[in-house]
Amino acid sequence: MSDALLQAELRTSPHVRGDLTVDKIMRHVVYALLPVCAWAVWQFGLSSLALLVVCTAVCLGTEQVVCRLSGRASTLGDWSVAITGLLLALSLPPGLPLWMAAVASVVAVAIGKSFFGGLGFNVMNPALVGRAFAQAAFTVPMTTWTPSQAAGRFTEFIPSSLTLPFLQPRSIEAWMDRVAPDGFTGATPLALMKFDHIPTDALPMLLGTITGSAGETSALLILLCGLYLVLRKMMDGRVVLAVLGSAFLLSGAFFLWNPDVYPDPVFTLFTGGMMLGAVFMATDMVASPETRWGVWIYGGLIGVLTVIIRLFGALNEGVMYAILLANAASPIIDNLTQPRIYGAVKTAEKKAV
Amino acid sequence: MTPLLPNLAHRLRPTFSHGVHPEENKHYTADKPITRFPFPPELVLLLSQHAGKPSVPLVKPGQEVVRGEPIARADGFMSVPLHAPATGVVKRIDLVPTAKGPRKPALILQVHPGESQEILYGAPRDVEAMTPKEIVQAVQDAGLVGLGGAAFPTHVKLSPPPGDTVDTILINGCECEPFLTTDHRLMVEQADDLIRGTRILMKAMGAPRAIIGTEDNKPDAAAALEKALPADGSISVKMVQTKYPQGAEKMLATALVGREIPSGKYPSSVGLGVFNVATVEQMGALLPWRRGVIERVVTVTGPGIAKPGNYLVALGTPLRFILERLGYTGSARYLITGGPMMGDTVSSLDVPITKGCGGFLVLRPEDLERYRVARTYPCIRCGKCVEACPLHLNPCLLGKLAYKGRYEEMEEKHHLLDCFECGSCSFVCPAGIPLVQYFRIAKSQNREAKAKAKAVPA
Repeated sequence: MSDALLQAELRTSPHVRGDLTVDKIMRHVVYALLPVCAWAVWQFGLSSLALLVVCTAVCLGTEQVVCRLSGRASTLGDWSVAITGLLLALSLPPGLPLWMAAVASVVAVAIGKSFFGGLGFNVMNPALVGRAFAQAAFTVPMTTWTPSQAAGRFTEFIPSSLTLPFLQPRSIEAWMDRVAPDGFTGATPLALMKFDHIPTDALPMLLGTITGSAGETSALLILLCGLYLVLRKMMDGRVVLAVLGSAFLLSGAFFLWNPDVYPDPVFTLFTGGMMLGAVFMATDMVASPETRWGVWIYGGLIGVLTVIIRLFGALNEGVMYAILLANAASPIIDNLTQPRIYGAVKTAEKKAV
Repeated sequence: MTPLLPNLAHRLRPTFSHGVHPEENKHYTADKPITRFPFPPELVLLLSQHAGKPSVPLVKPGQEVVRGEPIARADGFMSVPLHAPATGVVKRIDLVPTAKGPRKPALILQVHPGESQEILYGAPRDVEAMTPKEIVQAVQDAGLVGLGGAAFPTHVKLSPPPGDTVDTILINGCECEPFLTTDHRLMVEQADDLIRGTRILMKAMGAPRAIIGTEDNKPDAAAALEKALPADGSISVKMVQTKYPQGAEKMLATALVGREIPSGKYPSSVGLGVFNVATVEQMGALLPWRRGVIERVVTVTGPGIAKPGNYLVALGTPLRFILERLGYTGSARYLITGGPMMGDTVSSLDVPITKGCGGFLVLRPEDLERYRVARTYPCIRCGKCVEACPLHLNPCLLGKLAYKGRYEEMEEKHHLLDCFECGSCSFVCPAGIPLVQYFRIAKSQNREAKAKAKAVPA
């Protein structure tokens, strides 16, 4: 009996826990991103594979270096930095020179995440910080699109991918003529709509056989992968609903008002980074509010901002900035939406007591 | 998986918002009838088995006592007396270890071996003829406290502040803590005493109706109670969704009658009286005989014990005696009084069973291995704690403030004192942050700071 006594261990309640852990959640987000990555590789071939590998490797490396410099234990084990790498790669144009992708990755992790204190402290989604940097620094390559399902995409790179660091990207015109002889204009459905008012059919957008950033093309696949995470309770489905719902309603209102000028709401949902942004970026737990109403306000803000930027801004795509802005607003949203506690007593009553 | 139809019925049952679903683990003891546990050679009777002032001993070392005899009296209104759980001789008054940690004074009673241990003390009386005031006094004389765990003196709850009228009594048979089955077995086996106790309560508080609430994982308990209900329809049984912490007073009020008990107030302020099943059962069993609480049903359970079951244990029985009698498997590493969500681990086997202790959980190292926090991550603001807190507090924010030591701000601006430490936030936290422990520390630091502030001017 005394041996049982000697071994008795003191701990505080609760003595049991749920089975979700941070690394498990992050790992499953990576799993859920893999089909999207596979689709990106199928669409754009070697170049997009290289983009995924470079971004992920550089992100992991940056995190490791920062950990070592700051004298902390490695935080690669929480899997969150792998998500940053994959998401960044998926949001970039497939033909982006790899060195630019590497620079964007360093910025994403070092400035977007580590400067704030690492996982849990970043104000904005690190992948989007990296992408925003690239958009500002490398404007032309960041808006140069290449045809999807180009011939020979599994045997050769898009010529611009292999540009040497700090040199002008190689011209892709000759290559484009070869792989897409029927006159590919290099415009995404969003650009076609905005500048030329040429709509694209919904089905190709849903399935993702259009052009665009590496991982943003198949709305259906992204939704399915997100659904998996929502069912496993590893993702907040309310954010996705709020983003897509508000974007649908607002763009629907514009469409009803003047269908000749404004795109229909289905188009809004299925183009550009809307799906990837709503499902995998806006739902970044760290940078989104945690209160019951805050979640809906935050998602609604992203949807509304996206539509406004797309319709009235100089850019044809606004998901990235919409999410970054909403990320920045989420602490104040949290502050303003603190839950009403059970049995809350009104301040006046409280004073009277 | 659950068949669709029962699942639908479950979902339609009343409940509260938020909460968590820990593994129930009731199968160890749910169908084991209550059996009497043998008397140990020595009983350790803590003078403070209840919330409030400790009882004052009425006996001296060397004095013989008979089973059921009062051996300590109540010290004022916020206190209850203590009765001898066995015939024997008082050996000494000593400091003994308790489940919460600090050593407290206790009467050590040596049980006479070979004694028949019949209850000779007490005399029958007609409870139907008693006035509410007499009932309150009788309840205090019986040493009754909340047997669900809080051990709050029951007669105090029977005397609501002036101006409050109670129209409904809620009897709490939820037993939402995993593993524990004492309330479950009492409802199945002692339905008559429970109903008698309920009627006494209704009379004492002047309430025309009573509702017995139980979680829908105990349909046999609900069925047994239905059979025992009086014909006048004043008492009813209602099944609620099985969800932790449904057994909390506020959560039960929401689920059963849809009333919210205001922060910092008694249930009587919204016309309710809430009592635990075990307390009411004892009331029905003891009051007609002028007897006091001397034993209670304890679920001794867990994979670490060889013979789990529901036992009627004399108060003061040391845990060591229970472990020796029932045998443990492997190495019993975690000894928990109460359930796994709110129970305390004990450091000493000399800790005795008290009035508030309805469960003794014995776990092996491997049983908790998968719950062990391998690594604590920073808060990733996932909001799972916000969605779990039954009181709609923001544990995420509170946790961050606690981490920074801003304890006063937690209390003044973020309702720290409303937290009743159910542990749901710690249960769900994927980062493994011991939130509820932070809150306990914050509360005790605030208490100390206030005591100091008071002490300085004097």
